[in-house]
Amino acid sequence: MANEKSTNVAGARPEGATATRARRTLSTPARYVINTILVVAFLVIGDLMVSGGAISRYQGFVLQQVGIYIIMAVSLNIATGYLGQLPLGHAGFMSIGGYSCAIFIIRVSEAIGVTSQDFINGTPVCGLLFVVGVVFGGLCAALSGLVIGIPALRLKGDYLAIITLGFAEIIRVVMLNIDTVVGFELTGGAKGLIGIPPYTSFLNVFAVVAISLFLIHTMMKSRHGRAILAIRDNEIAAEATGVNTTYYKTFAFVVSAFFAGVAGALYAGCIGVMAPARFGFMKSIEILVMVVLGGMGSMLGSVVSATVLTILPEALRAFADYRMIAYAVVLILTMIFRPQGLMGRYDFSLGNVIEHLMNGELPWARKKADKEADANA
Amino acid sequence: MTFLTQVLNGLQLGSIYALVALGYTMVYGIILLLNFAHGDIIMVGAYISWVAMASLGLHPAIAVVLSIGGCALLGVLIDKVAYAPLRNAPRLSILITAIGVSYFLENGAQLVFGADAKVVPAFVDAPNIVVGDAHVSVIAVITIVVTAVSTAVLTFLVQRTKLGRAMRAVSEDMGAARLMGINVNTTISFTFAVGSALAGIGAILYSMAYAQATPTMGIMLGTKAFVAAVLGGIGSIPGAVIGGLLVGFAEVLVSAIGLSVWKDAVVFALLIIVLIVRPTGILGRTMNEKV
Repeated sequence: MANEKSTNVAGARPEGATATRARRTLSTPARYVINTILVVAFLVIGDLMVSGGAISRYQGFVLQQVGIYIIMAVSLNIATGYLGQLPLGHAGFMSIGGYSCAIFIIRVSEAIGVTSQDFINGTPVCGLLFVVGVVFGGLCAALSGLVIGIPALRLKGDYLAIITLGFAEIIRVVMLNIDTVVGFELTGGAKGLIGIPPYTSFLNVFAVVAISLFLIHTMMKSRHGRAILAIRDNEIAAEATGVNTTYYKTFAFVVSAFFAGVAGALYAGCIGVMAPARFGFMKSIEILVMVVLGGMGSMLGSVVSATVLTILPEALRAFADYRMIAYAVVLILTMIFRPQGLMGRYDFSLGNVIEHLMNGELPWARKKADKEADANA
Repeated sequence: MTFLTQVLNGLQLGSIYALVALGYTMVYGIILLLNFAHGDIIMVGAYISWVAMASLGLHPAIAVVLSIGGCALLGVLIDKVAYAPLRNAPRLSILITAIGVSYFLENGAQLVFGADAKVVPAFVDAPNIVVGDAHVSVIAVITIVVTAVSTAVLTFLVQRTKLGRAMRAVSEDMGAARLMGINVNTTISFTFAVGSALAGIGAILYSMAYAQATPTMGIMLGTKAFVAAVLGGIGSIPGAVIGGLLVGFAEVLVSAIGLSVWKDAVVFALLIIVLIVRPTGILGRTMNEKV
């Protein structure tokens, strides 16, 4: 694959020399290869830094949270930025994913005799348990997304917001009160679910992040994604052109819930304790803030703002008293001066950047190149 | 006996929700904004009362005036600083700004007053009235009467005065109202002042009933009142009152049959059922979307 890329580049060169304005392009496989290499390099370097001690335990913990909130923000972005709805109950799906994954892993590891130490050492059984648990958490959340989405998506705008908020609060109260169901210990009630094995690490959290981003990205580039974007831009027009709006709205909502559940599953392992109070209304708002601040409909925006907004409060611990006020002021000012979010709808594509560089189209030379292209045409 | 007490409790709680819901409804009716900061304005009102009475030792009547005035002023200030620059921005941006304002007020209060609860002194010193063998709380009666009077005054204001007509015109069509010579910004500020003054009254009634102020007290109160406003049909004054009373009664009823841990869930379940059956709330108007 790597060879193909180099031949492609090399093959483009003489052509470029003879026919002056033939645009050099990167083939899709080459783009995948470049991105895969970079992601793997990132994971390996990060993992080495964690195991080598260059990243402290605390920093590693914060980084895992960054990964979790990236998935949360990007998954909410499906429903907000791409579908154009405003659900305010994303934390509810997170808690369902977290509880179901944590309970699943606790029960199964008890049954087959796997200890927390095994999870730290990372035996193959634990790896399998992690994958199954995270997918199980996601599926549980997706199922609840389906149950909630069908009635909720009949409503529009603010009513949809408030009904999803209602569902999330109901989920929270239910989690609070089903600590024992017919003698079977379930969520631990208000004191929380404890004894969750530490099944997350830098490596597996960010591997899940990469897979989630890839899946969401490819989904949005497919015909399903285009249908979802069409609904956002104009629901009536989309319906008139043959998009099954009910189906695609529910579909986007369920996918959004699935990834929130995946993030919740990671969250449970990262924090080690699940308590319903952590998944209140304010958590949903926190995630919505990440999406809107980054720019609705921009995956890069969600990733950047989730990263910044997770690290910022930690970095400002020294100013503990003022940090939340500063956070609020930043939020208000950003909205006043940049209402479309930091990135707007801009999305980053490494492949496109490389293509521009290959063609000598530097950002500052763009205008000149455009003029030449116009003149040639 | 218990039945009468429960009915009174329901009416009292429902009245507080109704007052707060009225504030939500007015602001939503005019600029289509879910004012997340509304619950926090109540919190500020309760703190003003506490400062006036416990720290400065002022007479409760002065504390009441200060709280209501302070809340009204705060409402106008929030509108001018945070919402007015965003009149033409996407609605979600204003919503996020409202959330920012809410964070700001909560954390500001925590910074100034500390995270622990402050005990608000009693406004009135009144024993319970004994009717037959039932004890009727005077505070409950005051709450119900004040709410009824406030609602009546508000209805008069909106339906019969010139400013009220301007408010209804702006809420119908902002552009057309401007062309008719209505000063839109003044009207919106006035709406915020009235809505926030109602929040101030709500704050006093709430402090009378529960006698404490905490930085986060506005969140749940605000959320429930908001649910009440949506339940009744957001934008409608009688709707807000009906919604408030419904939420109050539902909570009291659920607590009375010994399921108080589920009361929040019941309130939200009620909301969901109503919205599924009547998507714009009990008294809400349906708006047809034009293509």
